[in-house]
Amino acid sequence: MASATHPQPVHPRPAIELHETSVVFGSGEKAVTALTPTTLRMDRGDFLALVGPSGCGKSTILRLVSNLIKPSSGQILLGGRDAAAKEMRIGMAFQNPTMLPWLTIEKNVMLPLKIVEPFKRSFQRDKKGAYRDRVHALLAQVGLKDFANHFPWQLSGGMLQRANLCRALIHDPDLLLLDEPFGALDQFTREELWQTLQELYLDRKPTVLLVTHDLREAGFLARRICVMSARPGRIISDKAVTMPQPRDIGVIYTPEFVEMTQGLRELIAQVRK
Amino acid sequence: MNENIKIRIMSLSLIVGFFVIWEVLCIMLGVSDLILPRPSEIAVTLWTRFPVLWPHILQTLYATLTGFSLGVIIGVSIGVLIGTSRVAYGVAYPLLVGFSSIPKVAVVPILVLWFGSGTTPAILTAMIICVFPIVVNISTGLATTEPDLEDVLKTLGASKREVLWNVGLPRTMPYFFASLKVAITLSFVGAVLSETVASNRGIGNVMMTASSNFQVSLVFAGLFILAIMGVALYAFFSFLEARVTGWATRGKDIAVT
Repeated sequence: MASATHPQPVHPRPAIELHETSVVFGSGEKAVTALTPTTLRMDRGDFLALVGPSGCGKSTILRLVSNLIKPSSGQILLGGRDAAAKEMRIGMAFQNPTMLPWLTIEKNVMLPLKIVEPFKRSFQRDKKGAYRDRVHALLAQVGLKDFANHFPWQLSGGMLQRANLCRALIHDPDLLLLDEPFGALDQFTREELWQTLQELYLDRKPTVLLVTHDLREAGFLARRICVMSARPGRIISDKAVTMPQPRDIGVIYTPEFVEMTQGLRELIAQVRK
Repeated sequence: MNENIKIRIMSLSLIVGFFVIWEVLCIMLGVSDLILPRPSEIAVTLWTRFPVLWPHILQTLYATLTGFSLGVIIGVSIGVLIGTSRVAYGVAYPLLVGFSSIPKVAVVPILVLWFGSGTTPAILTAMIICVFPIVVNISTGLATTEPDLEDVLKTLGASKREVLWNVGLPRTMPYFFASLKVAITLSFVGAVLSETVASNRGIGNVMMTASSNFQVSLVFAGLFILAIMGVALYAFFSFLEARVTGWATRGKDIAVT
């Protein structure tokens, strides 16, 4: 679907390239290193999960890629160009659903169409027609069909995260950035949303960078898992997840899966010391 | 809902009771109508003198609303300016606090000196007196906007203006309307104050003249008109507030307080 609207070049550059990128907040004695020089490449259409102990710089990488912060040294390229060049269209969802409380779910989800080109151009004309239908179709896909005209406070945490995913995807982003989007949810809701996200991913094939604490979440969803060490962060392991997609939720109880997450767990336990 | 009606009825009986007790006390204690006229006398004065009072009512309303509108425009502009910039906030705030702490009564003679007596100083007093609460509320609302909400727009590549328009300003609306309710009342005070000091029109002037002629019930009639206009303006902005910022109170029916 995404490739139909954006014809890709013959030799596409990787979606994300970090070359010796580091981030330091503050200066002098108070300087805090959030990310030691890190190199990471991510192909288009890949699904990478970044796991590691808290404060290791996972979110820093995400904020770098989303252009919310600038690298202190090194380089960050998106689709082969500087992050500020907006070469890649970005959709992002945070742990906090951050729905704007004064807008209905429909208008919240529609927000990216108001801001991002080429949708922005005809927003005034299409907001009551084509864009509205587009929002409703996506909401229906995640089971929120009847909640378009509700306000955020009328929805449960799980429903808000569904809406959050919709808002991150409505403008067909090339790059989907997820910062522990399911961290605050109960286990059942979380597993439901994993399946929703997997469906949306396989349907649209954006490049997904997921930051999470949850090893099963990483294992179930990702095609590639990178483990980061404790602060200051560094990538210490980079492994592919070979199980074919779509994966059934039952896969997390198979010996193969348990062995994989167990390996990750031990790795993280080591780097925390 | 039932509870609400009960409260409204009780509130109405309190108001009626207040006037009844006033009336009864005046009669029982034989208070001279040169000191404190009875509500019934005031009502009669209001009724018979209304054709004379009407142009003054319009004059006061005109000065108040014009000054208020100017105050809102200036207040919102300054508020947005210093609310969106940390530097401007730090630099301009002390001066603003200085301005706001000047008793506005003290400014009226200066305005009269500059612009002569009449409508202009009334409008300007109404304006000056309502600017500060608007500035404070707008800038506080903007400065305390959750960074998370702004990040949602920033990751989409929104410009500063788009972030302000889509997040900052809507999120500031509850603050803005809270300040409008304070500001409209203050503007009213400002306009009447100026009319009292230096004008030959307006309710403030009517009360001043009536007082020097010992037409005490006319003074009180003026007071009544001011109270009614004040409540009406306040209620109007409360109504607007409930319509625009219902999301902040989760759409609950809030009593006009």
